[in-house]
Amino acid sequence: MSSLNGKSFNPVMNRRSVIASAAGLGVAGILAGCSSEGGDSGSASANSNGGEFKIGAIGPKTGAAASYGLSVCNGVELGCKDFSNDTYNFVSKSEDDVADGEKSVTAFNTLADWGMQALVGPTTTGASVAVAEVAAQDPQIFMITPSASSTDVTKGKTNVFQVCFTDPNQGVNAAKFLAANYGDEKFVLFYNSGDSYSSGIADAFKEQAAESKLEIVDEETFKDDSQTSFTNQLTKAKEKGATMIFAPIYYTPASVLLKNASDMGYEVKMMGCDGMDGILGVEGFDTSLAEGLLLMTPFSADDESNADFVKAYKDAYGKTPDQFAADAYDGVHAVAEALKEAGLPADVDPTEASSKLAEAMTKITVKGLTGTLTWNDKGEVQKDPTAYVIKDGKYVQA
Amino acid sequence: MTVFIQYLVNGLSMGSVYAIIALGYTMVYGIAKMLNFAHGDVIMVGAYVSFCATSYLGLPGWLSVVLSVVVCTVLGVLVEGLAYRPLRAAGPLAVLITAIGVSYFLQNAAQLLWGATPKNFTSLVRFPVPPFLAQFNVSAVSLVTILACILIMVVLMWFTSKSKMGKAMRACSEDKAAAQLMGINVNRTISMTFAIGSALAAIAGVLLCSYSPVLQPTTGAMPGIKAFTAAVFGGIGSIPGAFVGGVLLGIIEAMAQAYISTSLANSIVFAVLIVVLLVKPAGLLGKYVPEKV
Repeated sequence: MSSLNGKSFNPVMNRRSVIASAAGLGVAGILAGCSSEGGDSGSASANSNGGEFKIGAIGPKTGAAASYGLSVCNGVELGCKDFSNDTYNFVSKSEDDVADGEKSVTAFNTLADWGMQALVGPTTTGASVAVAEVAAQDPQIFMITPSASSTDVTKGKTNVFQVCFTDPNQGVNAAKFLAANYGDEKFVLFYNSGDSYSSGIADAFKEQAAESKLEIVDEETFKDDSQTSFTNQLTKAKEKGATMIFAPIYYTPASVLLKNASDMGYEVKMMGCDGMDGILGVEGFDTSLAEGLLLMTPFSADDESNADFVKAYKDAYGKTPDQFAADAYDGVHAVAEALKEAGLPADVDPTEASSKLAEAMTKITVKGLTGTLTWNDKGEVQKDPTAYVIKDGKYVQA
Repeated sequence: MTVFIQYLVNGLSMGSVYAIIALGYTMVYGIAKMLNFAHGDVIMVGAYVSFCATSYLGLPGWLSVVLSVVVCTVLGVLVEGLAYRPLRAAGPLAVLITAIGVSYFLQNAAQLLWGATPKNFTSLVRFPVPPFLAQFNVSAVSLVTILACILIMVVLMWFTSKSKMGKAMRACSEDKAAAQLMGINVNRTISMTFAIGSALAAIAGVLLCSYSPVLQPTTGAMPGIKAFTAAVFGGIGSIPGAFVGGVLLGIIEAMAQAYISTSLANSIVFAVLIVVLLVKPAGLLGKYVPEKV
């Protein structure tokens, strides 16, 4: 069903191909009654004649995880511009939640009052779990989170979907990758025991590691209130002979970890998951510390096939997009595809859209920036993970 | 054995950072008899000033430290003059709440000024460590931190016991009214105390962030609380007490992480504090002064 070529990100090209395919599908009739009312958010696509369809985005634009939230909001905005066509003129509005569940629900309500018909967000797991509860209650609003990876987000909800991998999925994939490529190393598992993302991946990793016969010699943890120094944990790992760290943690503590290891003169390999993405963008971070760092993320801005998107994003926001931006862009892409699959009009009622979109989601295939995406009825995504290694301050496919 | 020494060094260097912060707490408490909970946030400001001076203005490291000391000293005196001095006659609770308010104010002002996104502080201390020390994980930062801590303590002890201003400080600490009668300007003495405490906070901020590079508006909060614990542990108001408390706290934390559990380390640190206070209510080196009725 996918008529949008996901790898072509020239907005003009996109729109043209969409117009052509929309006409071909015979949905032109829907267009007739719709006229652009001129969005109030300013991000409406100028040339689109379609009816307005309101997409909300939520993420931390301030606080420790601001890098993620800003990327998501930008990705949604750009996606709305690129995927608008003669049927749907996507307009977006984003709200800041500081990665906090309670604030995220407030943001959700603000967007619902604005008339949001589908939500691409929130960005972080804790906030997404809280918002998913509200979105799944009557009146339902369709939700697809670009980056919240816990299974708790989608569990038991029919109208909530994910663009990124689930935590267990990431842990399993990472263990398989390491077993295939770094099977001889001795591992230390290093994670934040007070964080559901980090410990979720770690648990799944441990299970899969046992099956894949990976040797885990040590397990070290920390908590949010003790991430000033990891020297003691590293000393212990070194003593136990670990030669490689698997650290499913966010990039902020990861930068401390890399610095501590380097200060100690501990030469150790390290691999992280998608939370590590963003580490090269930390202001003042010595990128040479991250040289050789492996990370499993579904998107790389250095990949040739993503060049058009990267350029459009850079032109609009002045920085290189990370996977959060790509996930958000794919989220909008998925909504656009699902809308078309369900044949909904642009002015569809949010609650009606919620159930119809959810139904359509399991049928569509999106050729997105983060791979070829399909969804199961649990709301989880299927796609191939890719491992990257940082070389000369850039992601290179490992 | 090598590994044990490595843990000890890790604890000692983290402990020295706590100790420098604790010295600031203890100075202010000892003389003004108030808990300056904004102390941790002055540390954060110090680190930001140094970061901006090196990254944006391209100043050399040592100059950024000087600048950060100057800014923090002025900030400390300003805070004291604007927020604490008007409450000199008020109860200790009012001052305590004000201090917490100042702490929030500084955190939020920093967020407005520098944004909430963490910045990575490039260590200002970079030189090769002699090999006999390097084998015990002694990094350049640890070495400088430990030495700076000892130096600061010695200078402070000399200052309070020998210099004229130091004697005035001790007099204020014992009895403000009597000190005033003897011709000591109490307000100026307390301002001076805040100036010294805040200058120390600036140095602590630079050293803390050289050690642990993540710089954000909440950077000073947790180390501030730990250092306060250290000051109480060692006997609040006592300069050698703050030093001993800080270093011991760092070592206990390191040993708990190394041999018991990384997740439980903080709980263990605070449990030790409770036990010490049960046995010695005035802290390790604090003097217990009975209230005469």
